[in-house]
Amino acid sequence: MIALDITIKDKCYTNSPLTVLKDIQFSAKPGEFIAIIGPSGSGKTTLLNMLSGLEDASGQKMVFNEKALNVCTDYQLGYVFQQPRLMPWLTVNENIQLVLPTIEEEKIETLLAQVGLAGKGSYYPKQLSGGMQRRVAIARAFAVNPELILLDEPFNSLDAPTAAKLRLLLVNLCKSCGSTVVFVTHDLSEAINLADRILFMSSSPSSIIHQAVVDLPKPRQESGSAELAWQAKLMNQYPQILSGSVAKEL
Amino acid sequence: MSPVYGRLLMLIVLASTWQGIAWLVNSSDFPSLFIVAESFIYHFFQGDMLVNLGVTLTRVLISFIIAMILGVLIGIVMGTSKRLNQLSDTLLIIVLNVPALVTILLCYIWFGLVEAAAITAVVINKIPTVVVMIREGARVVDDDLLNVAKVYKLSLSKTFFKVFLPQLYPYIMASARAGLSLIWKIVLVVELLGRSDGVGFALNTLFQFFDIAGILAYTFAFISIVLVIENLIFRPLDKLIARGAHNDSA
Repeated sequence: MIALDITIKDKCYTNSPLTVLKDIQFSAKPGEFIAIIGPSGSGKTTLLNMLSGLEDASGQKMVFNEKALNVCTDYQLGYVFQQPRLMPWLTVNENIQLVLPTIEEEKIETLLAQVGLAGKGSYYPKQLSGGMQRRVAIARAFAVNPELILLDEPFNSLDAPTAAKLRLLLVNLCKSCGSTVVFVTHDLSEAINLADRILFMSSSPSSIIHQAVVDLPKPRQESGSAELAWQAKLMNQYPQILSGSVAKEL
Repeated sequence: MSPVYGRLLMLIVLASTWQGIAWLVNSSDFPSLFIVAESFIYHFFQGDMLVNLGVTLTRVLISFIIAMILGVLIGIVMGTSKRLNQLSDTLLIIVLNVPALVTILLCYIWFGLVEAAAITAVVINKIPTVVVMIREGARVVDDDLLNVAKVYKLSLSKTFFKVFLPQLYPYIMASARAGLSLIWKIVLVVELLGRSDGVGFALNTLFQFFDIAGILAYTFAFISIVLVIENLIFRPLDKLIARGAHNDSA
């Protein structure tokens, strides 16, 4: 488990004058599930990449467990990308062993069983469906017992029942690992379903325009009445929040 | 028709066409298959064919290994570093276009008529073509997969051998195939010009006696070896490299 305290004054890409992120400030308690919602191109992936050290974060204040670090090298990190990003020349087992060579066969079997892929360890990624590949990517991320787990629209372009199944799986894995989670999505009901707190981002140059604590009991239901009511209340209050604005008028 | 029968049929058609033309022409400049076979048996059992093939094969093998290792290394460096690529691009084009014969002559003049000069000449001829192919491969290496290696903190050697290099295998394979046939041919010229053994030397001797059957006998021996290498080494390697590349169910 890990606590986050992040302040990003401004973030530009090298060779580009465009500011992607501006005045981002948020924190997370250990084990908290944070969802980030924002319109496309609002730099959500950039934010995750900065947290993971893939994107340069020098000059920003990135505090992990009260230690100011530019990169999260001291902590075990799990990252589920938008695409599964499995090595096509390695089997499912080898893909998981790649990130954790010391892992035992039994542990891999348990993990695969947890994600509903028992007995599929000797398959190559291309022999699996898109949904199965994503499950392998999730298993890989949790194999390292991550203290912080980053998820970048992991259930994008999946059919609704598969996505619902994977959400349930994610909740269970997070619970057993106790990881702090930063979950990027553009699906509000998905965020309500999973998160303790939701951060809303504006369009580029993005900042956080609203934070909402989802004070609903867990486990939550897909399209449950309490969840729908919570969503309706929020949308009533900020009708344009999903397009990145807290303006009251439509 | 199965591919094996197809290949056999092709061979039979080729052989009978040859035989037919030999009967029609009826000249010692166009020996029939039987005369060539006779000559083959003579050179194989009584002549130096085995020794010459062995010597040539050793030269091919040594120059092939050196050229592939250096070519792959230079190709990777040029493909991944823009600056080094710009610096050495012109040099590459120059070396690529120096005639093989010129390199061979210069090597013999500068280093003398020694084995090292012969090998060096072949290697210099081959390296640029390997570099060109590997460079293309290294340019299109998938950064997304390299980022996975970075996030999960894989060691440098693991990142190279498990994530980077497998993406180059198809390119290495293609340049090895093209390389072997090119190196065979250059080695023969090198032997013809400055060595006193090997297939190239033998062919030169046979040419001086207008021993067409002998020349053809050597050619057949030569082609057979290449076919054996193709079937025993390259095809199994192809299969190994293509693992995970198809979505056929296991």
